[in-house]
Amino acid sequence: MRDSLPMKNTSATPLGAGAKRSTPSGGLQAWLPRLVLAPSVAISLFFVYGFMLWTFVLSLTSSRMLPSYDFVGFGQYSRLMANERWWVASTNLMIFGVLFVLICLVIGSLLAILLDQKIRQEGALRTIYLYPMALSFIVTGVVWKWLLNPQLGIQAMVQGWGFESFRFDWITNPDMAIYTLVIAAVWQASGFVMALFLAGLRGIDDSIVKAAQLDGASLPRIYWRVVMPCLRPVVFSAVMILAHIAIKSFDLVVALTGGGPGYATDLPATFMYAHAFTRAQIGLGSASAMLMLGGVLAILIPYLYSELRSRKHG
Amino acid sequence: MAALEIHNVRKEFGSERVLKDVSISIDSGEFLILVGPSGCGKSTLMNAIAGLEPVTSGNIYIDGEDVTWRTPADRDIAMVFQSYALYPSMTVRQNISFGLEMRKVPKAEREAAVERVADLLQITHLLERKPAQLSGGQRQRVAMGRALAREPKVYLFDEPLSNLDAKLRVDMRTEIKKLHQRLGTTIVYVTHDQVEAMTLADCIAVMRDGHILQLGSPDEVYNNPVDMFVAGFMGSPSMNFIRASLENNNGGYQLRIATPGEDELVLPWPEERIAADMAERLNQPVILGLRPEHFSEEDERLTSQAEGTLLSASVAVVEPTGADILLRLPLGEQEVTARVGPKCAVAAGERLALRVDMGRAILFDAETEQRIA
Amino acid sequence: MANVIRRQTPAARLGRGLLYGVLILAALFYILPLVVMLMTSVKPLSEISAGSLLSFPQNPTFAPWTKAWGEACTGMRCDGVGGYFWNSFAIVIPAVLISTTIGALNGYALTKWRFKGSELVFALMLFGCFIPFQVVLLPMAQTLGWLGISSSRAGLILVHVVFGIAFTTLFFRNFYVGIPNELVSAAKLDGAGFFRIFWRILLPVSAPIIVVSVIWQFTQIWNDFLFGVAFSAHNTQPVTVALNNLVNTSTGVREYNVDMAAAMIAALPTLVVYVLAGKYFVRGLTAGSVKG
Ligand SMILES: Nc1ncnc2c1ncn2[C@@H]1O[C@H](COP(=O)(O)OP(=O)(O)O)[C@@H](O)[C@H]1O
Ligand SMILES: [Mg+2]
Repeated sequence: MRDSLPMKNTSATPLGAGAKRSTPSGGLQAWLPRLVLAPSVAISLFFVYGFMLWTFVLSLTSSRMLPSYDFVGFGQYSRLMANERWWVASTNLMIFGVLFVLICLVIGSLLAILLDQKIRQEGALRTIYLYPMALSFIVTGVVWKWLLNPQLGIQAMVQGWGFESFRFDWITNPDMAIYTLVIAAVWQASGFVMALFLAGLRGIDDSIVKAAQLDGASLPRIYWRVVMPCLRPVVFSAVMILAHIAIKSFDLVVALTGGGPGYATDLPATFMYAHAFTRAQIGLGSASAMLMLGGVLAILIPYLYSELRSRKHG
Repeated sequence: MAALEIHNVRKEFGSERVLKDVSISIDSGEFLILVGPSGCGKSTLMNAIAGLEPVTSGNIYIDGEDVTWRTPADRDIAMVFQSYALYPSMTVRQNISFGLEMRKVPKAEREAAVERVADLLQITHLLERKPAQLSGGQRQRVAMGRALAREPKVYLFDEPLSNLDAKLRVDMRTEIKKLHQRLGTTIVYVTHDQVEAMTLADCIAVMRDGHILQLGSPDEVYNNPVDMFVAGFMGSPSMNFIRASLENNNGGYQLRIATPGEDELVLPWPEERIAADMAERLNQPVILGLRPEHFSEEDERLTSQAEGTLLSASVAVVEPTGADILLRLPLGEQEVTARVGPKCAVAAGERLALRVDMGRAILFDAETEQRIA
Repeated sequence: MANVIRRQTPAARLGRGLLYGVLILAALFYILPLVVMLMTSVKPLSEISAGSLLSFPQNPTFAPWTKAWGEACTGMRCDGVGGYFWNSFAIVIPAVLISTTIGALNGYALTKWRFKGSELVFALMLFGCFIPFQVVLLPMAQTLGWLGISSSRAGLILVHVVFGIAFTTLFFRNFYVGIPNELVSAAKLDGAGFFRIFWRILLPVSAPIIVVSVIWQFTQIWNDFLFGVAFSAHNTQPVTVALNNLVNTSTGVREYNVDMAAAMIAALPTLVVYVLAGKYFVRGLTAGSVKG
């Protein structure tokens, strides 16, 4: 052995004979991982990307009852922009989305901080706060429709207690009905935000808090100045997820208000469904679906960008 | 015949060249140690030998057969990983026999192999346990057992002891050496612990940045390093590198060490060790390499016989290790470490007369860091 | 976080009391709708119109439940939600099993057998977690028609599998990333191949993530309404669609007790899962949404 290598003259394969092969493996084995992934990739390409493109194509056509392929450019988009109901739906989404996200964040973080004070029965409380997340939005809608019903629900109950002038009839009031969606959605999802924050709090290094205590900071101040800044990523993910839920909200509206009174509580998701499936406006419905996709991307891309960046740096 | 031969192997990850033309060949029954700093490509080379990573170019032969494009399973190799990589859901027995099972060895033979290996490694009482129920040292044994059960042509060990505590590591080291002597297996063993390298190896390959810098017996690598990197990497405490200039001394050579504001310090270079190209470097800066044990304290009883050059220096720090004493002493502009006997009663601040064994000193080029003499 | 040392001063005790007060109030906010739903579902109609929301049922009756299960009208037909309840199971069980299996294999291939472009493949598939489903509804309807499975359970199973594998792949990928690659290397040297390594080495340690994935998929698919309403006929509807129809069927008197009983029936399976495996449920929620 040592430095000089005996040159092989037996079994002298030409150099690089196998260099084209990408991995030392016997035929099929090398391709198995790719073969296993292939159906999923194909599914993804066809059912996600293909369908997105397909919907985009439909949105450029004048399709009504059935898809047709006579193109009208961006005509459906200008129709959409001129459609009052679309604007109501979009405005509703803004109101609903902003309130839903903010209130969930506030309630979720508060409950998490309170629960983090060595509470007896913490497990039971956590279970109660979080269980609505296991329910279908349809169930949530049915229950809250009943609770918000002026004749039989909360209003009737409080009036029954002797407060005759008590009014809580938002669900029948076109100006207020959108807020009932917020109430039901917050009821369903705020426990989840609590769980996210609690996991974040439990992940924080104890010594940071101890150091702040030694520095003489009060408890609320420690939370506000030391702990919350550490939870920035949690806030970020929570906003991301909640916004996503808000944009996709469909079932809740259907079950709680049916979009009504009139179309006062329409959201883009219900708008799209109504036009594409019941009002024979496939072109218009497709255009609205594309705008929804745009909305999701507008939230998703900055999120993914910062995720990837922080991962590279971190 | 070479049991394992690596021929001009290169490996690139994208544009990063991790192995640059590595060639090694070891005989059957030989124990090769790969040493080098972390990230120099040791594990990559092991993975290439095992077939876990394809090489970019070059060839690998096992027992004379080109296995460059064979699957790991077809190479008849076993590997012990730093993390042990025991299958968590299997018992020790199943871990050891899995490789045999995959090779369709009959059950009776598998059982026999498990018993043999368990006996060899004294893990018979652990056979029904899961890896999670074992201590670090026990896991290490099981990992070795898994490799031994199959009796492959070549064993690969990738830093197998680095997750053990110091005491256990020394025990296991001895045990591995015994096993090798007893079984005569061919082993490639990665470590960054140079004591492990010196004690276990028949042959050491020192790696750096994807190159093999030197391939030789432990004695060669330790006493005749090819450059400053190898010299500095092997040995602990590591070799002292002293800046000096090469001067003429009545036809011979001497080394002058700059000592601003003190007595001049000149060390004559032994005549029998003069190399051909020293003449070109007259009056140029060179680096003198002296290992700590190349110093010894001047002892009156030995004065007459002892060879070497005397010098005197004041001791900055005294570090007794028990077996001997390490001294830190300023020498010219740098500080050097000297290893002296445990009886040497010197305190920090005192001056001490030291003998330097120039017969074992090594001279390096100050710029290329290659060995001159 | 919370190793805060407190002395038991009166003020501190008051603070503690307040703390528990707030927490219990919040608990009431979350639990009361369920309580009301349950109480209403066992009240006779007369008691509902006479009494208040929170009044305890005087003459509890199981009749609304039996009616909701077997007689109540959902649209044209009046045979309760029972049949649809089983419909949901018939859709959910195959869809969960198929999507979890595919997700596990995908996650395994993506982490333990990386190849050039495997990260891209993952990113490509991950996007499926985020799209609003409205954007695939119309092409899906047409594709199911071509495949000859529109309005069938098979069609719904296909839809749920197609849009579920993005999540299950994500779960399993993130789980398998944490399993040391050396395990796979060792098994390769031992002579095991792709499927054998999966079956013998990876799968036995995957129990936690299988539970997470199954629970997540189960809740998602059971609770789905959009696909159910868009791609089913009256005999293949899932229970969520039937519930919505039942509540919105306006023939005769509104029977709120029956509505609530039907809602309870639709909610029970996921509630049971949540109570039995809450830990995994939360893990699925956070894993499915936080980490990409
Ligand atoms: N799969 C890989 N992809 C890209 N770079 C790698 C990969 N594996 C190893 N490297 C790079 O190769 C170099 C050598 O790594 P390694 O062989 O693990 O070193 P070590 O000598 O410490 O075992 C490192 O710089 C490492 O970053
Ligand atoms: Mg390594």
